[in-house]
Amino acid sequence: MPKLTFVMPDGSRREVEASEGASVLEIAHDNDLEDAIEGACEGSMACSTCHVVVEGDWYAKLPPPSAEESDILDLALGLTRTSRLGCQIRLTADLDGLVVKVPGEHLDMRGR
Amino acid sequence: MPISVAIVGSGPAGFYTADALSSSGDAVSIDFIERLPTPYGLIRGGVAPDHQTTKNVQKKYEKTALKEQVRFFGNVEVGRDVSLAELRSMYDAVVLAVGAPRDRALGIPGEDKKGVFGSADYVGWYNGHPDFRDLNPNLNVAAAVVIGVGNVAIDVARLLSRSADELAETDLPEYAERAILDSPVKDIWTCGRRGPIDAKFTNVELREMGKLSESVPLVKAEQLPDSVGELPERDKRLKERNLETLREFCARKLDEKPKRVHFEFYAAPVEILGGDRVEGVRFERTRVEGGRATGTGEFFDIPCGLVIAAIGYRSDRIEGVPFDDKQGIVPNNDGRVEDGLYAVGWIKRGPTGVISSNRPDGVTVAEHIHNDFAGGAKGSKPGRKALEKLLAERKARIVSFADWKKLEAAESEAGGGKRPRRKFTTVRDMLDYLDRNRN
Ligand SMILES: Cc1cc2nc3c(=O)[nH]c(=O)nc-3n(C[C@H](O)[C@H](O)[C@H](O)COP(=O)(O)OP(=O)(O)OC[C@H]3O[C@@H](n4cnc5c(N)ncnc54)[C@H](O)[C@@H]3O)c2cc1C
Ligand code: FES
Repeated sequence: MPKLTFVMPDGSRREVEASEGASVLEIAHDNDLEDAIEGACEGSMACSTCHVVVEGDWYAKLPPPSAEESDILDLALGLTRTSRLGCQIRLTADLDGLVVKVPGEHLDMRGR
Repeated sequence: MPISVAIVGSGPAGFYTADALSSSGDAVSIDFIERLPTPYGLIRGGVAPDHQTTKNVQKKYEKTALKEQVRFFGNVEVGRDVSLAELRSMYDAVVLAVGAPRDRALGIPGEDKKGVFGSADYVGWYNGHPDFRDLNPNLNVAAAVVIGVGNVAIDVARLLSRSADELAETDLPEYAERAILDSPVKDIWTCGRRGPIDAKFTNVELREMGKLSESVPLVKAEQLPDSVGELPERDKRLKERNLETLREFCARKLDEKPKRVHFEFYAAPVEILGGDRVEGVRFERTRVEGGRATGTGEFFDIPCGLVIAAIGYRSDRIEGVPFDDKQGIVPNNDGRVEDGLYAVGWIKRGPTGVISSNRPDGVTVAEHIHNDFAGGAKGSKPGRKALEKLLAERKARIVSFADWKKLEAAESEAGGGKRPRRKFTTVRDMLDYLDRNRN
């Protein structure tokens, strides 16, 4: 089974086993990380609350985002050049070892 | 004794608060007080009926509602069945999460004419909200004007221009689906007083206008700037994408589809024309300087039989609470209103942002409550027991979450498979259904 590491907003790391074909969002929820990655629309690209930042060279290894994903991603807070929607990244064998960062902005955007 | 918390209103802001409180580890007892028999606020009554996936978040809220510490008191209105002062005497903490359900006024002559609606009322009507289901707007018109260029304005314009097949997959109430299908409307104008760069719609919603089966979006090329100008990087990217989409719309043909949605920028409404009923809107052409629109002295009219103003929302004044009339919110210090009284969501911040923007509000207020009541050690008021007693004395008809689940199942069955649901649209019908289906 491929492994996936979540880097939490406070810098701590959580390495988890992922079933092949599952999305990063599903894997997060299977591992009790609902509070970190909300996924309000349950993966239907209507919310941007599953935003993750893909670390290092991994970004280039992912299939590129669709136009729909880019549109929704644009609305995510703390957007970076290697941001993706967690519900759109599916774990395959060649993504074994993937590292994604959980942005903290969504929990601290007071006054917006 | 656990901290007793009453959350007034069960929209997103209320639910994020309950979720944060109930997962904090503190000993808390949380009661939702909701004026409707149905939960979820604008997720049910605001979010467009053809955007069902946006409503998926309800499933998360349901998990919160089903938690041990949480109770739902539906069909109980603060100000009708129980006063805020009473709630505050019974609960350690009261959280206001009542939203901003009122339309801002246009403030121009003629806005009281028949056929002119605010988007809160009109959206409530097509979403089957009991307060507005009898609005009965006359859609037997050739042209409609939507004032405003945000996502709500686009929702309104889009729903008017959907085909029968597209509408058949929504949860529009039957009366609204009928009215839209029977409407001969051909031209829908969405008008903003400022330019395309100032418009608040998001590209997702804008692009969707280009994909409708029976309606074509039209934009005047001369109203589009060459570039979006100097903006912070993030805003720039968003605006550039909008501009790109609007440019694509410029190339579309007037007669491509049976219906047309015209985007008209730099148009400030100055008067609603007509006799008893609206017959048109008079606009003044504007120019935008330094982000402000100023009139040019040039006027033009758009004839129409229906006007929907989607220019923003405000909250209702709540008895016994300070109110900021200008902003239409309850003044607060990052969610704190007074001792033991808190605010989250649109009543706290005003009507901006997306569903998940309400989450930090809930997280923050849960922290305040945790700090103010020393992690559960300091709860001293009876909460639920006292409320139940009071409501029983007043013979209030409480709709529980289990009752709501029955209504939900009935609605989904009435949807008949293709439609996600057919809603109950009156409180009477909901209560009658529950009376017939006790046990
Ligand atoms: C037309 C429209 C479309 C939208 N579409 C989207 C979208 O597609 N995507 C998106 O992300 N956001 C959308 N939004 C924004 C989103 O709906 C809001 O951010 C959110 O609903 C605000 O949450 P709230 O809890 O503050 O208020 P609300 O959702 O309004 O909830 C308030 C609740 O309080 C109850 N209440 C009010 N007064 C009382 C009282 N006296 N006693 C008891 N209960 C009371 C109400 O019945 C209601 O259930 C839309 C908003 C509108 C208006
Ligand atoms: S879960 Fe909503 S966009 Fe991914």
